[in-house]
Amino acid sequence: MRHAGTLTFVASQTELAKPLVEQVRSTRSTIALKIGMAASGLIFVLFVLLHMYGNLKAFGGEHAFNTYAHHLRTFGEPMLPYGGLLWIVRAVLIVSLVVHVATAATLWKRARRARRVRYAVKKNTGATWASLLMRWGGVTLLLFIIWHLLNFTIGKINVTGGPTDNPYRLLVDTFDTWWLTLIYLVAMAMLGAHLHHGVWSACQTLGLTSNARARRRAKAFGLVLALVITIGFSLVPIFTVFGVISY
Amino acid sequence: MNLTLKIWRQPDPVSEGALATYQVEDISEDMSFLEMLDVLNERLNSEGEEPIAFDSDCREGICGMCGLMINGDAHGPLRTTTCQLHMRTFKDGETITIEPWRSTAFPVLKDLCVDRRAFDRIIQQGGYVSVNTGAAPDAHAMPVPKAQADRAFDTATCIGCGACVASCPNGSASLFLGAKITHLGELPQGQAERDTRVVKMVAQHDHEGFGGCTNIGECAAACPKEIPLDVISQLNKDLRTAVRHGY
Amino acid sequence: MTKPKILDSDFWGRNDAAEYFDLGDGIADEKAPPGPLDKKWETREFEARIANPANRRRLSIIVVGTGLAGASAAATLGEAGYVVKSFCYQDSPRRAHSIAAQGGINAAKNYKGDGDSVFRLFYDTIKGGDYRSRESNVYRLAEVSRNIIDQCVAQGVPFAREYGGLLDNRSFGGVQVSRTFYARGQTGQQLLLGAYQALERQVAAGTVKTYSRHEMLELIVVDGRARGIIVRDLVSGEIETYFADVVVLASGGYGNVFFLSTNAMGSNVTASWRAHRKGAYMANPCFTQIHPTCIPVTGTHQSKLTLMSESLRNDGRIWVPKDAADADKDPREIPEEDRDYYLERIYPAFGNLVPRDIASRQAKNVCDEGRGVGPEVDGVRRGVYLDFADAMERLGRKAIEEKYGNLFDMYAQITGEDPYQVPMRIYPAVHYVMGGLWVDYDLQSTIPGLFVTGEANFSDHGANRLGASALMQGLADGYFVLSNTIRDYLADGPFEKIDEDHPAVVEAQQSVQSRVDRFLSVNGTRSVDSYHRELGNIMWEYCGMERTEDGLKKAIDLIRGLRDDFWRNVRVLGTAESLNQSLERAGRVADFLELGELMCIDALHRRESCGGHFRAESQTEDGEALRDDDHYAYVAAWEWKGLDVGEKPVLHKEDLVYENIELKQRSYK
Ligand SMILES: Cc1cc2nc3c(=O)[nH]c(=O)nc-3n(C[C@H](O)[C@H](O)[C@H](O)COP(=O)(O)OP(=O)(O)OC[C@H]3O[C@@H](n4cnc5c(N)ncnc54)[C@H](O)[C@@H]3O)c2cc1C
Ligand code: HEM
Ligand code: HEM
Ligand code: SF4
Ligand code: F3S
Ligand code: FES
Repeated sequence: MRHAGTLTFVASQTELAKPLVEQVRSTRSTIALKIGMAASGLIFVLFVLLHMYGNLKAFGGEHAFNTYAHHLRTFGEPMLPYGGLLWIVRAVLIVSLVVHVATAATLWKRARRARRVRYAVKKNTGATWASLLMRWGGVTLLLFIIWHLLNFTIGKINVTGGPTDNPYRLLVDTFDTWWLTLIYLVAMAMLGAHLHHGVWSACQTLGLTSNARARRRAKAFGLVLALVITIGFSLVPIFTVFGVISY
Repeated sequence: MNLTLKIWRQPDPVSEGALATYQVEDISEDMSFLEMLDVLNERLNSEGEEPIAFDSDCREGICGMCGLMINGDAHGPLRTTTCQLHMRTFKDGETITIEPWRSTAFPVLKDLCVDRRAFDRIIQQGGYVSVNTGAAPDAHAMPVPKAQADRAFDTATCIGCGACVASCPNGSASLFLGAKITHLGELPQGQAERDTRVVKMVAQHDHEGFGGCTNIGECAAACPKEIPLDVISQLNKDLRTAVRHGY
Repeated sequence: MTKPKILDSDFWGRNDAAEYFDLGDGIADEKAPPGPLDKKWETREFEARIANPANRRRLSIIVVGTGLAGASAAATLGEAGYVVKSFCYQDSPRRAHSIAAQGGINAAKNYKGDGDSVFRLFYDTIKGGDYRSRESNVYRLAEVSRNIIDQCVAQGVPFAREYGGLLDNRSFGGVQVSRTFYARGQTGQQLLLGAYQALERQVAAGTVKTYSRHEMLELIVVDGRARGIIVRDLVSGEIETYFADVVVLASGGYGNVFFLSTNAMGSNVTASWRAHRKGAYMANPCFTQIHPTCIPVTGTHQSKLTLMSESLRNDGRIWVPKDAADADKDPREIPEEDRDYYLERIYPAFGNLVPRDIASRQAKNVCDEGRGVGPEVDGVRRGVYLDFADAMERLGRKAIEEKYGNLFDMYAQITGEDPYQVPMRIYPAVHYVMGGLWVDYDLQSTIPGLFVTGEANFSDHGANRLGASALMQGLADGYFVLSNTIRDYLADGPFEKIDEDHPAVVEAQQSVQSRVDRFLSVNGTRSVDSYHRELGNIMWEYCGMERTEDGLKKAIDLIRGLRDDFWRNVRVLGTAESLNQSLERAGRVADFLELGELMCIDALHRRESCGGHFRAESQTEDGEALRDDDHYAYVAAWEWKGLDVGEKPVLHKEDLVYENIELKQRSYK
């Protein structure tokens, strides 16, 4: 058992008091951190939506999918160099990731400090399970993203030993492996949960839900978006397993 | 009815505490929860054991002095203050765990009493309208639309009990903070200091060691005055506006 | 005027209580300037000297209490630039008992154009107080009432508004005009939060320092002036000493002497009583207000009583069974002809809307006859029905829900009964004390440098307080009166610095310490609460709604016996050096045990009925309070002499002179 403070001796109440802060800046507050998290989260949401659209091209077959992958890299040429747009997107994503993870970690740390002694019994009556899953869900997503990039972008790992320079084939080989599919589907469920709470939460953080109606709408929007994205992403692995997507 | 109580006992702010078990018999269901503790204390006193310290004053749900974590619910299973909770809510033979509010910013003083002066210091950082006595214009000089006046009132009913903090998984005081921001922000009188108020109050909130809000919603579910989550959105929005205004 | 019903032909004026007190010299307020009523305050404000602004930083003020009276005073004095220290026993100034006030606050704004005016508010208050208050004070109260509303609105207090955006008013407490400003059923809360926020603003500005969970246990008087207080830090148990140039007590009322009351659990008389023992006179201590519509006691475990707004009597009908045998029947099954709508029967004109004191007394009477309803507590059923069945039929359930929904919910929560189905049960409860420390027009007590505001002083309400006027008085005192009168006193300051080892200081510290030690060393068998409860029963029985010569004498004996027993047999566990709630209560109860006796002596000596003080021997044929203006048109200011054998309180009379209002007998038939 740990005790509540770092105090060792209390002569009077004055010793328990904290002074008023003097230097105050809005940008230093927890709320500013949250705004950073919401903004980066929403950038992710945009990205995943586009990414999902791209993935669904797999239903169009090898050619459609690979052309699309190629297009991504030639988009904007000659104004942009080969892969230029992709690098801009990547830069934005990397910055967002750093912001998102850093703010998440800071808030997590703060929350742990804010309650050093835990309750012996604690019920949750107002929270959704999704909201309580955010942090561990986020960690899962981070691990997933690392693996995912190794899998498809940086490492181009093909566990079946097949080709790695053909995006379509890499994809099909990956989901022909049951345990990889499983990892992806679990990750997509996590993503769904993350977005179920995350989307409405971001609206709340940005101050868009200052009445009961707006709050209900934001929650409904979060749920719909989460379902669309989870299902949308899951289609490709599932249909690969069932052999609809193949080569 | 007969009950088994597990109550947190802690002699002072720096010593370690632990749950102690007591049996109480012949509790009338018309008793309030605190009267049930009074009965136990009366018995402890006669047995030579120091009575359990817990806070209460008005015992009618308005002063905000009482507040216990009862079986993991702030103020117990009903949406009311601890002093307004009656024993008919419990079943004969039940075991009830009673803990103090757990928050680093609310150090335990003794047994079930905590120090909530952090709330006062948050108010010191701008939870008011700066008007000196005698300097006020006629009350009818500034009409306030009824809808705004009503919302201001609804949010002004916060009793500062701290149940929001106690129930929040992050130990955040955002509901308390949002209630005051919304109350003053709705009224014309509160406009002049709107930006500085939110920045300073949030800074003190963070400084006191409360956690950041991640929109979990436990607070609003525990709030005996039914302050809605809207106020946290309003708080975030006001802070965002202050950021934009360069504070 | 109805014929007086006096049991004893020369009851009035005779003094059988002489063995309990000595008569001292008269006393008078010397601060209200002469001249017409409506110029007095203006004159006083102008004549009161002003302390040089540069000097104010060297002038210090202690304010005990953070209710409406204390918080508003501390904030205003802080704004003026004095060095202020503010104390309260709760964990935050915001929790002072004022927070619980429901109904509203009066002000002579005449926003409704219904003929209200300063003079009418003044008149209503004097009459409501049954002609036992001072004209000058009450007139000033009515005058500044208007500024209060302006001030509170500017602070952001969310009063109820109409659709046009302007403030709404309601009529309250049986007056003919709508002058009550309100914030739903939480007016006290909203006003207090306004004052609390103003106070915290000064804390941030550095002019005020707040000490919460600190209880004043002694007043320091040096060379005849109040110069500081001794407090106990309720967390560490440390006994601390604070000095100042002036001390303000705003420590609220002492209704908890009755144990069960609508006051907060911690409300106490200690601050006032300690000052009383140091020389401040206590005025009209027996004037207590008993509110008719409270939720009845359910058992001996009960710790406090809950008030329900008086407005319920507008639509509810009050009754009890005609036959005591029906007491535990389901009320819905008692046929109309077996019910006694006793208020309607006795007061056909006013019916259920008779004033608070009358409604309360009649409820007690029917219960004493054995016709009360609800659970039996100590062998008596103390409750009467407040029935909305007729109103529901007439107006529909929906209308009742809209009007009283929150009260019905509160009732349901506390009693576990559904008032829409079963008639509510109500019973009177102690609610407010009109008595308190004697103060002059400047709100200064008989100890120079000790000012008293709010419910803690006796001013303004006479023998009965009208609804919605305590909040008005607290804020009038704190925001507008005190800051103007105190500056006159402070113009002579700063006073000589006092050393911690000054004999008066050492004596005060030691008396606090030895009392604390004594509580902890008695180590008897009974808890503090059990004494408090027993004292409360005595007070309620003999010094409550109806008082008699014999009863009061008996009560004095009982209290003396109980007090002796307390000091020999109380058990307070724990230590002095920690948070110890039994110890806190022991100090409060010890003081109540002394106050209770003085209240009975005051009630015994006042051989007339007036307002909340009802002497059974002095009533009209209709059971109305019957005043004796020839003998008792005075304020009874009591001086402390000690408790030992041969030591009796000394009565100083302040004659009440009515120049602007004619004295009349109240009648409600
Ligand atoms: C249920 C209820 C409803 C009411 N409704 C109305 C209404 O509608 N309208 C109306 O006008 N009036 C109403 N009243 C009356 C009114 O609320 C009170 O009379 C008024 O609020 C008293 O204010 P105060 O500032 O004098 O004292 P309080 O608000 O009682 O404050 C006392 C302060 O003194 C402090 N204190 C006391 N003793 C000590 C000590 N020894 N050491 C340190 N600090 C101490 C306390 O901590 C507290 O801060 C109501 C009263 C009750 C009980
Ligand atoms: C079943 C679901 C998914 C499939 C099938 C899938 C497939 C792919 C493929 C094939 C690529 C390589 C594209 C290319 O380089 O041309 C890729 C890249 C990427 N994916 Fe996914 N993906 C899925 C889910 C996700 C999710 C949920 C995220 C984010 C949370 C994500 C983030 C990324 C990122 C950041 C890249 C790298 C883009 C780049 O910079 O090149 N993917 N994905
Ligand atoms: C990289 C790994 C990720 C981690 C570690 C992570 C972690 C978190 C955490 C901890 C929160 C805060 C919520 C809380 O504390 O309860 C959060 C919020 C959020 N996340 Fe993520 N997340 C990650 C990826 C993503 C992705 C891929 C998306 C979108 C597709 C996303 C969208 C959001 C949104 C919209 C929020 C809500 C912001 C707010 O509450 O204001 N996150 N995330
Ligand atoms: S917001 Fe609600 S829970 Fe929090 S302090 Fe105020 S009343 Fe209590
Ligand atoms: S529970 Fe906590 S996370 Fe926010 S919404 Fe309430 S403060
Ligand atoms: S004791 Fe005042 S709210 Fe519970």
